[in-house]
Amino acid sequence: MRVVVDLSRCEGYAQCAFLAPDAFRLHGEEALMYDPEPDDALRDRVLRAAAACPVQAILVDRLEGRRIPVEAARS
Amino acid sequence: MTSADNLRAFRRDGRIVIVGASLAGLRAAECLREEGFTGSLTMIGDELGEPYDRPPLSKQVLTGWVPADGTTLPRRRDIDAEWLLGVPASGLDLATDHVRLADGREVPFDRVLIATGVRARPWFVESEAELDGVFVVRTREHAEGLQRALAAGPSRVLVIGAGFTGSEIASVCRERDIPVTVAELGPYPLVGALGAMIGEVAADMQRAHGVDLRCGVKVTRLEGDAQGRLRRAHFDDGSTVDADVAVVALGGIRNTEWLRGSGLAAGVWGIACDTGCRAMDLNGLITDDVFVAGDVARCPNPVYEYRLISLEHWANAVEQAEIAAHNMIHGQADRWPHLSIPRFWSIQFGVNIKSVGVPTFADEVVVTQGSVSDHRFVAAYGYQGRVTAAVTFNNAKWLDHYRQLIETAAPFPPPCPTPDQPVDTKPVPVDFPGPLLLAQGATVVVTGHDPGERRVTAAHQHHR
Repeated sequence: MRVVVDLSRCEGYAQCAFLAPDAFRLHGEEALMYDPEPDDALRDRVLRAAAACPVQAILVDRLEGRRIPVEAARS
Repeated sequence: MTSADNLRAFRRDGRIVIVGASLAGLRAAECLREEGFTGSLTMIGDELGEPYDRPPLSKQVLTGWVPADGTTLPRRRDIDAEWLLGVPASGLDLATDHVRLADGREVPFDRVLIATGVRARPWFVESEAELDGVFVVRTREHAEGLQRALAAGPSRVLVIGAGFTGSEIASVCRERDIPVTVAELGPYPLVGALGAMIGEVAADMQRAHGVDLRCGVKVTRLEGDAQGRLRRAHFDDGSTVDADVAVVALGGIRNTEWLRGSGLAAGVWGIACDTGCRAMDLNGLITDDVFVAGDVARCPNPVYEYRLISLEHWANAVEQAEIAAHNMIHGQADRWPHLSIPRFWSIQFGVNIKSVGVPTFADEVVVTQGSVSDHRFVAAYGYQGRVTAAVTFNNAKWLDHYRQLIETAAPFPPPCPTPDQPVDTKPVPVDFPGPLLLAQGATVVVTGHDPGERRVTAAHQHHR
């Protein structure tokens, strides 16, 4: 799955790092590092992390499973 | 036909071409569809593959946690576009409304969005840039190559340029326990963006983490061995450093060369536009059908005396993309201005550095909260007695408070909003290298939250 965090919005509450520690980690006290393509097995945890973010900075792909590959349209 | 009829017809079956298939281009395409554009949409990009996110390239990717091809951007919705990838645009013809591609193809449009961004500034000697072990970091191929070189355990990495990217890369090297030398022409790291006071803090941070930081020096030559591998770097003070990896982090070059001859006001600082993201032509006239967003846009900001500002910030690319997309399919009365206060972040040496506003638009700076020696503080920047920017080190929760101070042209120095008042709260000169570009102009305040509600009013308050 695909994830992006708007780090200009992130305030380091670290809810995501508690709920999905394999996908979101703190670097130092409040800087967030995350895996932009976490394993699908983590899906439920990542969705919970996104929902719990106090500043709603986590965007999860909304096209999962019904993607039209770019490559198919490439000329 | 009235203009309202024209607009309806355009939204239904007009042709929009977006040049630049990265963050700004993708978000604009999604917004166009979100807001009901049902015509044809073409995405032109010089890199192959789907749009991907760049900030992780100098962080998660270089530490080896995330693969370089693992930062593809999530989609907010389907954009039903035709993708022309792997070929750069080479020209824009506004007489016939065509984008020309480097392979000779021509793509017609009714409206075009330019989001061609920035590329890495290469090392100035081509033969030295081609040495094995010399890198820049902008694309995922760059990051992939550098990650592999770091994983091989180099004896020393030389980072040329201590801006944000160079400092982040030095931080990753130390995290991986690789010896690193940072060479910076200015007196401190980050000095060009944040000034001397914060630069001094950044220098302390680097040295405390074992970086061999050399400021006020210029790298004059990269020396290779007989196999064409980097071996040594020479400095203008006569000293040398042996290194098998060098990262050239000397900033970016805006991709505007392809617009030469287009008649647009495009140059090294980007493409001038209005706050509605409409491009300006060489005469300074606003065009109707050409829009600009992201790193390549040079947009006036009323809060900073309507100065044209180009920003290489993630949030700015997203916000301009949304404004441009909205305005491309709305009439004059419904257009939105881009009135955002710039926001930026950098992660290095375990510290979350964030800024709001334009720190270079300042004459004084003061620590307002926390402790500099603990690397946990807020510094406010002021210009002629009003707050114009703030920088936080591990204090991101306060950024929004300072954004509000900036938007309301609050007096500088601002009071400390918490009990952790620093010992020394006397403002000092901001001390940026280079000429000061400030002048006396209009002071305004920004109101409204949603893009459609944000407006500027002139402030008739007199600071000093």
